Amino acid sequence: MIQIDCPHCGPRDENEFICGGEAHISRPANPESISDRAWADYMFFRENPRGLHKERWFHSHGCRQWFNIIRCTVTHKVKAVYPIDAEAPSLVEVDS
Amino acid sequence: MTLKTRRDYSAFALLKNGLTHHKNWQAAWRSKSPKKNYDVVIVGGGGHGLATAYYLAANHGVTNVAVLEKGWIGGGNTGRNTTLIRSNYFFPESAAFYDFSLKLYENLSRDLNYNIMFSQRGMWMLAHDRHGLEMLRRSANAMLLNGVDAEMHDEASVRNKIPGLNPSPRYPILAGLLQKRGGTARHDAVAWAYARGADALGVDIIQNCEVQDFDIQDNKIQGVKTNLGSITTKKVGMAVAGSTSILANHAGIKLPITSYGLQAFVSEPVKPILDTALLSPATGVYASQSDKGEIVVGSVLDLFSSYAQRGNLPTVEHTAAGLLELFPQFSRMRMLRQWAGIVDVVHDSTPILGLSPRDGLYLNCGWGTGGFKAIPAGGYCFAHTIANDAPHPLTESFGLSRFWTGALIDEGAASGIAH
Repeated sequence: MIQIDCPHCGPRDENEFICGGEAHISRPANPESISDRAWADYMFFRENPRGLHKERWFHSHGCRQWFNIIRCTVTHKVKAVYPIDAEAPSLVEVDS
Repeated sequence: MTLKTRRDYSAFALLKNGLTHHKNWQAAWRSKSPKKNYDVVIVGGGGHGLATAYYLAANHGVTNVAVLEKGWIGGGNTGRNTTLIRSNYFFPESAAFYDFSLKLYENLSRDLNYNIMFSQRGMWMLAHDRHGLEMLRRSANAMLLNGVDAEMHDEASVRNKIPGLNPSPRYPILAGLLQKRGGTARHDAVAWAYARGADALGVDIIQNCEVQDFDIQDNKIQGVKTNLGSITTKKVGMAVAGSTSILANHAGIKLPITSYGLQAFVSEPVKPILDTALLSPATGVYASQSDKGEIVVGSVLDLFSSYAQRGNLPTVEHTAAGLLELFPQFSRMRMLRQWAGIVDVVHDSTPILGLSPRDGLYLNCGWGTGGFKAIPAGGYCFAHTIANDAPHPLTESFGLSRFWTGALIDEGAASGIAH
């Protein structure tokens, strides 16, 4: 069981949340003019790291707000929580 | 062709070895150190890797092959699944491929002289509401059009065939779709049978050998670097399931894969109660009973990316609740073991099998939650792909390029359990 410290509601169990996958993926500004390969990169291709992963979570059974976390995909430990529109903290600092 | 193993298994061999207290059995495959060079290196000693090596040797005469496994063979998802075998897929491409796999399974014990305990006890899918019933009819029609056996049964018939089902369920049982040729096999035996068969044809199986990097020059594979030294080769086949993204990263390839944990549970052995396999999409659970009497249960993915081979408690609770809805009499049954396998999930739940952006590097991945049933056909077609540097006709539409051409085969939405 993961406990996630929602920036708005405080620490809650993982059941209250939905994981939205890799964070910091932005929709290409001009989809009609980019190549199919570039569109596929945006739609489907993912980092999928073993270790620290920046990902979006949604507090579906709470405040219904999106936010970002950094979580280890091996231990499942949540290392940092930060707002959806903020820059990611450095992984080196988060890990220490 | 007839397989010449080191020593054939037979009733006579069993009797003879029984008389000498089973002290003279030979190891089923040799323990090898890697040579300096191979024609083909297969990374991953699971079912798909071992089957690929076997078919490379048996069908294509390529015997200078190494299978490199970082742990022990069959110790990953091959030993962690719920052993179900079925071909009740929706799209023609998938149905043709998975039905070919089922047909190979039907003769595998004989072909490999190894009892994989394949039991065609039937595979049921249940409908618990009107919409589920419509989906089931749609599935049955698709299966029949694809030449796969399918039978629709009404509630009375389902209850007659599966007598243990909850008599007063919260989710009523409206109908069932039966694929009679579906069933289960002993998962470890599938890996061991292919390992023994490949070894007999000259393949080197090297355990505790982890591939740490690739040697790539001018976009061409030249070899692999392992903890046991460097190996030169022109062709590398990757069959490493949940670890695919990590390994492909060493070759500079990004893939449309996310790795999730998929849990399975095994109960204490009980008397025979379930002589078939069943999947209930509404409760999110599938179950069968092993020959030892254990109830083998699986359910949904733990829906955040993970490389930990254990599961999370919310999914355990969900699985237990679903199982008890189907079989309330299991409420005092103790679960003996629980684990997770790390599965490589792609957006359309169709495998990626074919060429990669690097010459001489081939991909066998993206099986997600359903790789076990595909082992024979996956190995068969992957061996063809590696030997001919071109996909097998059955897997032509399974290439990586479908993600940018848009020709996805969306089995995730069309069949099975909603992961």
